[in-house]
Amino acid sequence: MKPHPNVKFLRKGVLPHQFCPGCGCGQVLNYLIYAMQELNLDMDKVVLLGGVGCNSRIPVYMNTEVVHGTHGRTLAWATGIRLANPELKVIVVTGDGDCVSIGTNHFVQAARRNLDVTVILVNNGIFGMTGGQAAPTTPLGSRTSTSPMGSMENAFDLCKLAETAGATYVSRWTTAHPRSAIRSIKKGIEHKGFSFIEMVSQCPTYFGRYVLKIPIEKPLEYLLWLRNNSITKEKTSQLSDEELKEKIVVGDFFEKRAQTLIERYQKMEKEVRV
Amino acid sequence: MNKSGEISGTHFMLGNHAIVEGAIAAGCRYFAGYPITPASEIVERMSRRMPEVGGRFIQMEDEMGAIFSVIGASLAGAKAMTATASAGFNYMQEGIGLAATIEVPCVIVDVPRTRQDIQPTESDIMQVKWGASGDYETICLVASSIQEAFDLTVEAFNFAEKYRNPVVLISEANISHMRGRLEIPERNRIKVVNRKPATGPPEDYLPFRAGENGVPAMSSFGEGYRVLYTHNPHDERGRILNVEADPDGYEKLYDKICGKITRDTDEIARFETRFLDDADLAVVSYGTESSSALEAVIRARSESIKAGYVKLTTVWPVPERLLRDVAEKVEKIIVPEMNMGKYVNEVKRVSCGEADVIPLSKNNGEIHSPEEILKRMRGESG
Repeated sequence: MKPHPNVKFLRKGVLPHQFCPGCGCGQVLNYLIYAMQELNLDMDKVVLLGGVGCNSRIPVYMNTEVVHGTHGRTLAWATGIRLANPELKVIVVTGDGDCVSIGTNHFVQAARRNLDVTVILVNNGIFGMTGGQAAPTTPLGSRTSTSPMGSMENAFDLCKLAETAGATYVSRWTTAHPRSAIRSIKKGIEHKGFSFIEMVSQCPTYFGRYVLKIPIEKPLEYLLWLRNNSITKEKTSQLSDEELKEKIVVGDFFEKRAQTLIERYQKMEKEVRV
Repeated sequence: MNKSGEISGTHFMLGNHAIVEGAIAAGCRYFAGYPITPASEIVERMSRRMPEVGGRFIQMEDEMGAIFSVIGASLAGAKAMTATASAGFNYMQEGIGLAATIEVPCVIVDVPRTRQDIQPTESDIMQVKWGASGDYETICLVASSIQEAFDLTVEAFNFAEKYRNPVVLISEANISHMRGRLEIPERNRIKVVNRKPATGPPEDYLPFRAGENGVPAMSSFGEGYRVLYTHNPHDERGRILNVEADPDGYEKLYDKICGKITRDTDEIARFETRFLDDADLAVVSYGTESSSALEAVIRARSESIKAGYVKLTTVWPVPERLLRDVAEKVEKIIVPEMNMGKYVNEVKRVSCGEADVIPLSKNNGEIHSPEEILKRMRGESG
């Protein structure tokens, strides 16, 4: 049997993976591989970064330079890596807990600097690895392991957060939108500046059971829920604010070419050396 | 200033600035910091000096940002450093634990200080070694003069590169904020150590296999080796360990990352001794307490007290052979410290009862005066 042509993107000896059956992490991994393959990236020059959490484990399976395993610090690593060697392509694969709970400060500051990195944030709306606790992305009123009476807090709109902080490419899709997701990941990787792609993803084990009440053995129902509950940004004008609250708005939200942090350094350095 | 932006010759320089020049001489070309008194002059001077020498400086959003970006820069091939003070050092512990576990060379300067009045203190002497979770080792050097602030920064980088490990340099606030004479040798007269590079085809490269001295060779990002660095327990390839499949894996990992330092303790130990030959009372000190200790020992000698002087420059790993020899030679050891008595317990541990180890503690932001140490020596030798 001929091996799958994309097997070369996977690190040898790290399978089987640790994701639950029906988890969206495998899909995002796949979309990232397709994006890299279609862009024909020089894999020797790619650095993938993941913190801690289910989604942050995606880079561990990839056959590139990888750093993994400290919660929330991916964008601080990215800053040092990019400044020390601007030739490298740095892609962060992170989760909602990793990036916008413990890692929020590094995230918004890196966006503010327009650091030239791509952030793929896999948002499953809950802390998965630790057992289904509420996250800053958990919808108001959701019952989780740490909000048994329903969450008391508003959830972040991550794309608005990224854009406000200074990201220069901002996009959102779900795992049920493979083609659009791959296109946006490609666009993000090619974009000069801070690019942010939110991938709303399924966690059948916790968010599905606790919040959506979808049986754990029916992840397909969950995927269909993601697809049917999504609305493209262009169609939002047809809905009232109340109706929109229940929807996942997907699409490209923002794109701008602005001077990146590295470009500013390079300009300053020319002046210093003259 | 030479063509590459480095300086040499005789200077009257601030301790914190001497640290910056030492880092540059050692090859530091990435610095990330976060302002904190009394370390800020390091951050400020770095912001000007890094572009001049072809390096890069960034002021990060917090100390965690600083240490983790330093780790990133080092993985990308740069010699990298950060600097902070006591409270800021707390935040960096997580990064130090990571750097030790995935074996990333980097230098962290700690300028220990009290809260409120920003006075010198030695109360960080344990946290520089024991702060992060998990099993790991750090190397820690303490400067006791402006010249040492420079020399030991070079040494700190050399140890970091040699052992692929984080190295902490302590410069107490009274060194960092003092100006004094500094000799910077010509570039070609400074010994600089670089990490051992990975060689050979990527498929044969084991990024975490102990090499010479127990230290693995290290590739830089982008060279084609495609290394997986994970904070989780990992095997020689970097793959996350499965403890059921590999029951000895954890032990092998922690024995390697701790053993490469502890087995080389004698090699890492830097110290100075005086008047020990016939001594029956020794003063063991480190950092700025050493100047008072030396003065006290010299005066004690003039009073016919058989006193000896030991200054530790390497505090971690503990120079055990030296301290054991001292304990076997003398009856009593006095350990003056600007804290409530911390490192004295290490001296006690190593002495194994061979000598009576006496703490001389003070934590009010002042170093012991020679008189205070001498008074205690008179009391103990009577």
